[in-house]
Amino acid sequence: MNLYAIKAIYRFEMARAWRTLTQSIISPVISTSLYFVVFGAAIGSRIPEVDGVSYGSFIVPGLIMLALLTQSVSNASFGIYFPRFTGTIYEVLSAPVSYLEIVIAYVGAAATKSLILGSIILATAGLFVDIRIEHPLWMLLFFVLTAFTFSLLGFIIGIWADGFEKLQLVPMLIVTPLTFLGGSFYSIHMLPPFWQTVTLFNPVVYLVSGFRWSFYGLADVSPALSLGMTLLFLVVCIGVVAWIFRTGYRLKP
Amino acid sequence: MTTMLSVSNLSKVYEGGFTALKAVDLDIRRGEIFALLGPNGAGKTTLISIVCGLVNASTGTVKVGGHDIVTDYRAARSLIGLVPQELTTEAFESVFSAVSFTRGLFGKPADPAYIEKVLRSLSLWDKRNHKIMTLSGGMKRRLLIAKALSHEPRVLFLDEPTAGVDVELRRDMWNLVRGLREDGVTVILTTHYIEEAEEMADRIGVITHGEIILVEDKATLMHKLGKKQLTVHLHEPIDTVPEALAAYALERTDDGHALTYTYDAEREHPGIADLLADLNAAGVGFKDVNTTQSSLEDIFVSLVKQ
Ligand SMILES: Nc1ncnc2c1ncn2[C@@H]1O[C@H](COP(=O)(O)OP(=O)(O)OP(=O)(O)O)[C@@H](O)[C@H]1O
Ligand SMILES: [Mg+2]
Repeated sequence: MNLYAIKAIYRFEMARAWRTLTQSIISPVISTSLYFVVFGAAIGSRIPEVDGVSYGSFIVPGLIMLALLTQSVSNASFGIYFPRFTGTIYEVLSAPVSYLEIVIAYVGAAATKSLILGSIILATAGLFVDIRIEHPLWMLLFFVLTAFTFSLLGFIIGIWADGFEKLQLVPMLIVTPLTFLGGSFYSIHMLPPFWQTVTLFNPVVYLVSGFRWSFYGLADVSPALSLGMTLLFLVVCIGVVAWIFRTGYRLKP
Repeated sequence: MTTMLSVSNLSKVYEGGFTALKAVDLDIRRGEIFALLGPNGAGKTTLISIVCGLVNASTGTVKVGGHDIVTDYRAARSLIGLVPQELTTEAFESVFSAVSFTRGLFGKPADPAYIEKVLRSLSLWDKRNHKIMTLSGGMKRRLLIAKALSHEPRVLFLDEPTAGVDVELRRDMWNLVRGLREDGVTVILTTHYIEEAEEMADRIGVITHGEIILVEDKATLMHKLGKKQLTVHLHEPIDTVPEALAAYALERTDDGHALTYTYDAEREHPGIADLLADLNAAGVGFKDVNTTQSSLEDIFVSLVKQ
């Protein structure tokens, strides 16, 4: 294991986040706070409690997931796309590092950033509404698994993209809609039966549901199913990354 | 003399079907400076990129220090430093951290004293805390060299290192290369400045259309193909070469203001004295003579044209 290389890439990536502090930390915190003000305070006060939890508190896990997903994807995709774009990726590809080490470093850094961000948002939410965490270990598990899984997805997007538009396309056209429709702001039981079934094809539903269960003990689907689906998605992402490196797809002509 | 880099039967067909390398065989000796010459698109960068792991080979094997670049890539790549042809650098990093980054990538523990030494030898020490984007092109070139040297490689690839570099930096760079050779580092360079290959290299390879058409010790090459020319500058221009001088196969040059005699410098009696005497005898007055040796460039051009 080339630990020095992992450390070098990881630190490089973290330094980049530090340099772009506003973009990487402050703006997501501000936009999440806006959600609280709008949905939690303004609209939420007119919405009845959901299964005994006030609406403001109800949306906290979903909002954290929303930030975690979008930030993981954008951090990781940008982290690997940018050196490809500028050409500096040559250094990493010509270094004595294995693919596993490259992935650990880039994905680890992206996941770290979104975990820090998620924690900040959780703390921010605590300023607006009451939060209780019934299953802290499960909460941590979902938190960490989601960050890594979606950082892997971002890594894949960053390798697949051949322009800045594509880099933003997937987060904008897929990740954000799936998150909004994934029960971040409502329980899927509030939907008509037909849409409840459709929703079950949305992987984000399982993440949000499991995560919310670890907070309030409320779940749309069983926590075990949530965990299973998250792990399944993780395995699929790992498989795609392994294929990318085995074939040199978009990395080596 | 042991082999440091061994390339055998190496071919590369790019995705579009273009064949950039055709069954190349090449052995580079430990500690030599090898110059790879070839016109644009000959396949120099492709060859270097395959050795460094940036491009997948289509067929063939490459060994660096005895380690296969695919099956034993860690050992092979640890030995290699690469200065790419393009100026590709980060923008916002500082010079010092960028060079330290590369050292880490290559699996070496941090060594600020060594990095300082490298930066000083490339006159970058004053710039160590500057962001890379504030450097000039030549400084960025130095930075790429510093990065390539940061992990103490045993083989250094310089892909057209002097493109866009001023005379002074070029001289510094060649001094650095000589210093590296003294430390036993093998240096492989491509360049379009043929004088440099002539001045620096121990051996020269010529590549064109993906084939290595010649590998030779520089001295042998110069010797083998080296011709000298004597140019006689005349007082009065002449229209034809006098019959009496036909044996010398003179060429009229400079609109008849000069006559050029081509001879083999290695011959014991090149016939210069005879020529000058015969010129006098034929009544051709001349004011000056000078000789030139065909440069590697001439050799190169004549080879590539074939
Ligand atoms: N990624 C690629 N895909 C397709 N063709 C390529 C690729 N890279 C290089 N080539 C082609 O391979 C040939 C050799 O290119 P290469 O860069 O090795 O030449 P070179 O000898 O380094 O030239 P130069 O002196 O201009 O740097 C060229 O015809 C080039 O167009
Ligand atoms: Mg080239």
